[in-house]
Amino acid sequence: MQSDDSGPGPAWPADIHDVLRGFDVTQVAYVPDGGHAELIRRAHDDAAMRAIPLTTEEEGVALLAGAWLGGARGVLLMQSSGVGNCVNMLSLVRTCRMPFLALVTMRGEWGEFNPWQVPMGAATEGAFALMQIRTMRADTPDAVRPTVAAAAQMAYLAEIPVAVLLSQRLIGAKVFVK
Amino acid sequence: MTPPPDAAPPGLDRRAVVARLVRDRGALLVVSSLGAATYDLAAAGDHPRNFYLWGGMGGAMAMGLGLALAQPSVPVLVLAGDGEALMGLGSFATIAVQRPANLSVVILDNRLYGETGSQHSHTAWGVDLAAIAAGCGVSETATVDDDAGLDRLAARIVRSGNGPCVTVVRIGGEEMPRCLPVRDGAWLKARLRASLDLGPL
Repeated sequence: MQSDDSGPGPAWPADIHDVLRGFDVTQVAYVPDGGHAELIRRAHDDAAMRAIPLTTEEEGVALLAGAWLGGARGVLLMQSSGVGNCVNMLSLVRTCRMPFLALVTMRGEWGEFNPWQVPMGAATEGAFALMQIRTMRADTPDAVRPTVAAAAQMAYLAEIPVAVLLSQRLIGAKVFVK
Repeated sequence: MTPPPDAAPPGLDRRAVVARLVRDRGALLVVSSLGAATYDLAAAGDHPRNFYLWGGMGGAMAMGLGLALAQPSVPVLVLAGDGEALMGLGSFATIAVQRPANLSVVILDNRLYGETGSQHSHTAWGVDLAAIAAGCGVSETATVDDDAGLDRLAARIVRSGNGPCVTVVRIGGEEMPRCLPVRDGAWLKARLRASLDLGPL
C-alpha cells in the first residue's frame, strides 16, 4: 500500500510514519542518517509525535525505557554504525523487559564506498544478537510496511525487543564520487 | 597525574540531602543512578514512584527525559552521581533541546567514584557539571552547598518551571552503609507504571 503525500522520494518512509502513527508512537528518538531523513522530517512535522535528536544511540535506548515507564511508546532511528554503542544500555531493555523498537538503516553491505562503514555494518546483527535483540530485515520497498508493522506489534504488544534492518540496497548506496 | 589537593572537601551529608529532597514529594517520580544514588534514595524510604537503576550507567538522565515527556504534568527527578552525569554528558544537550518543564536533574557530586574504590572523578579536577549543563542550553542551573539552597531545591523539584533544571549538590565524600532496594527491574517498572494507572501487558 502506498501512502499519500509521498513526494519525489520513495514511499517507504511515509509507510513507516503511517505504521508508527497507527501504533500511537509518540517519541521518535534519532541519531540522524541520510536513509532516515524523510522519516525524521515527517516526525518533526507531526504534532502527535515528539522528535528527539540524540547525541548518541545509547541515549535513545534509555530514553525509550523512560518513555515506557511513563506509558508512552517510542522508536529509535539510527544507522548501523551506531548499534555497537547500544550494547550495554540494552541491559535495561532485557532486565526490565522494556518494549524496544529500533529502525536501523544499513551501511557497509551494498555498494558501500566507505570502507570504515563495513566492519560495524557486518557486525550489526551480531551486536543485537549479543544482547538477544531479535532482528528483522526489509530489503525491498514493499517489505518495509509489513515488516515494521510486525516488529511494532511484537515490541509494543508482546514486549519483545526488535530491530528492523533497512537494507542498504533499499536505501541506495551513498554516492561520494562518480 | 597527581590527585587534586581538594578532592573530597567536606560537603553536605548525602543521605540527609536525599531525604530532604523527597520529604514532601507529592506526585514526584524519581529515577536514581546505579550505586550510591540508588542506595541514598532507598535509604530515604521505598516508594512506588522510585525507579532504582542498578545498571545502564550513563542512561539515567535520558531515561528521566523519556519519562518526563511521557508524563508532562508530573514532576520527574533524576538523582545522579557525578560519575553517572559524566558518562551521560550528551544528555544535557538532549534535555536542553527538549526543554521539559517537569524535569529536574540533581547531581550528587562527591568528586569520587565511591562504588569502585573512591577513585577521583573529573569533577575533583574542577570539571563543572552545572556549567556544562548551562553551556548546553539548560537555562536553570545551580550549585548547592548549604541547607538554605537545599530547601529551595526541594521546593523546585516538585513543581514545573519554565524548563528543565540541573543542580549540582556538593556532598561529602564519606561512604555510607549500603541500603539495597529491590533490583528486579521488571518488577520496579510494573510498580511505577501501576502508580500512574498504567497496566501490565
